[in-house]
Amino acid sequence: MSETRSEAREYAPPVIKAEELDPKFKYKISKMPGAEKIMACFQCGTCTADCPIARFSEFYRPRRIARMVQLGLKDRLLSDKALWLCSACFTCVDHCPQDVEIAGIVRVLRNMAVAEKNVLPLVYKELATNLMKSGFVYEIPETRLQKRVEQGLPPLPKPNVSQVVKIFEVTGSARLLEKVQTVAKVESR
Amino acid sequence: MSNPKYLLFPGCVIPYRLSSYEISARKVLAKLGVEIVEMPEYNCCGYPMDVINHDLMLTLAARNLCIAEKVGLPIMALCNGCFCSLNETNKILKEDKKLREKINGYLKEVGMEFKGTTEVKHLVYVLSEDVGFEKIKNSVIRPLAGVRVAQHSGCHVLRPRKYVGRDDPENPTTLKELVRLTGAECLDYMDESACCGNPIIGVNEDVPFQMAKEKLEHVRAVGAQALITVCPFCHIMFDLNQPRIERAFNEKFNLPVLHYPQLLGLAMGFSPDELALNELRVKPTELLNLIKF
Ligand code: SF4
Ligand code: SF4
Ligand code: SF4
Repeated sequence: MSETRSEAREYAPPVIKAEELDPKFKYKISKMPGAEKIMACFQCGTCTADCPIARFSEFYRPRRIARMVQLGLKDRLLSDKALWLCSACFTCVDHCPQDVEIAGIVRVLRNMAVAEKNVLPLVYKELATNLMKSGFVYEIPETRLQKRVEQGLPPLPKPNVSQVVKIFEVTGSARLLEKVQTVAKVESR
Repeated sequence: MSNPKYLLFPGCVIPYRLSSYEISARKVLAKLGVEIVEMPEYNCCGYPMDVINHDLMLTLAARNLCIAEKVGLPIMALCNGCFCSLNETNKILKEDKKLREKINGYLKEVGMEFKGTTEVKHLVYVLSEDVGFEKIKNSVIRPLAGVRVAQHSGCHVLRPRKYVGRDDPENPTTLKELVRLTGAECLDYMDESACCGNPIIGVNEDVPFQMAKEKLEHVRAVGAQALITVCPFCHIMFDLNQPRIERAFNEKFNLPVLHYPQLLGLAMGFSPDELALNELRVKPTELLNLIKF
């Protein structure tokens, strides 16, 4: 894989203007469950070195995400499509010497991107729509449900769809989903 | 000691397209005396919704936990993703009083309350901790001698360490032990803990395909005749998507991928049909030729 590494495009650091920085951003992030330790990141790079996505993507870099949060580059972060490439494998969480939990920070940033920038990859909108319709993220066709029983499995318990919908409503998720603009795919190089 | 008893949480993707996992799991669990109770009115574990809204994930997971609390039984998950969200939510809400109050505020709207009285286990840990290696070993009547396989436990049955805290994520041994009980050899290979990539396949196919291809190469390099998984998403990545990976990289793997209970089931004397082995995309023909029926 050294090939991909050496071919990687040189990352040209963008000029950062002072007015782009939101000095309060890191404090806001550090109040969110799972992102509390963001200030402890000392940029050792362990997360990027061990991240399976960084291994194959030319620009997904968890360490960079941590630094951008610390700097307060909020708008750049929230509109950066790379945010959607993390597979939530938790390798970075287990390996970070400072207990930073990058995966949790990425999740917080994604939630913010949905709420504040109204962006969401299409696949998640589809899964959410199915879930609100059927209680499961895939709509399981009637033929499948019958086949189960023919194969000797017990009938699938019927979900309580109205309670699921209620949960989407009271957590504000139904409203979020109504206004999101979906993006079909995210490039990795 | 009385027999272990669990509410089975099949999740979404298993009933949708991987009945073979549920069929084989139920067969071996029954034989091992694990009692299974159907989980009434369960919904998606919430895992895929975490990207949209963390509270949504927690509340969807907690609703399932409330059902288990009411029935008074622990939950057994077959899917790593389900195990991850249900187990993590259970642990977080037990610890964090403030968050629990918030989530209980949502749950009140559906007439439920999280109390923190249930447990969540993945199939692998039900087998290793509740049934025990000894009993599994004794259930093997057709040892798979001469069969050489590799295992892929998958991230979420191991990580994050702080919520799973069972096996060592850097050097997992539980599934390996379970494989060896069948009489098959379980081979070591490079980067065993590496993720399969499936969670982002709906967003980007390029990276997951490269991840899965590398894993298949590492498994092939040690001469494994099959790969063993315990998660429907890992399984889809390596089995269902294998022909697509082969086409994308112009390589041939032809590596059967079995759900662990299928492998154990064969050693227990079940027939390939009883374990729904015919439903695999990559047919385990050569593997089955090695086993004496
Ligand atoms: S491993 Fe932890 S401390 Fe090191 S760069 Fe990544 S987040 Fe920062
Ligand atoms: S959780 Fe995300 S950022 Fe962390 S190692 Fe895995 S893919 Fe990379
Ligand atoms: S290996 Fe892939 S599907 Fe399996 S648990 Fe990890 S991310 Fe999930």
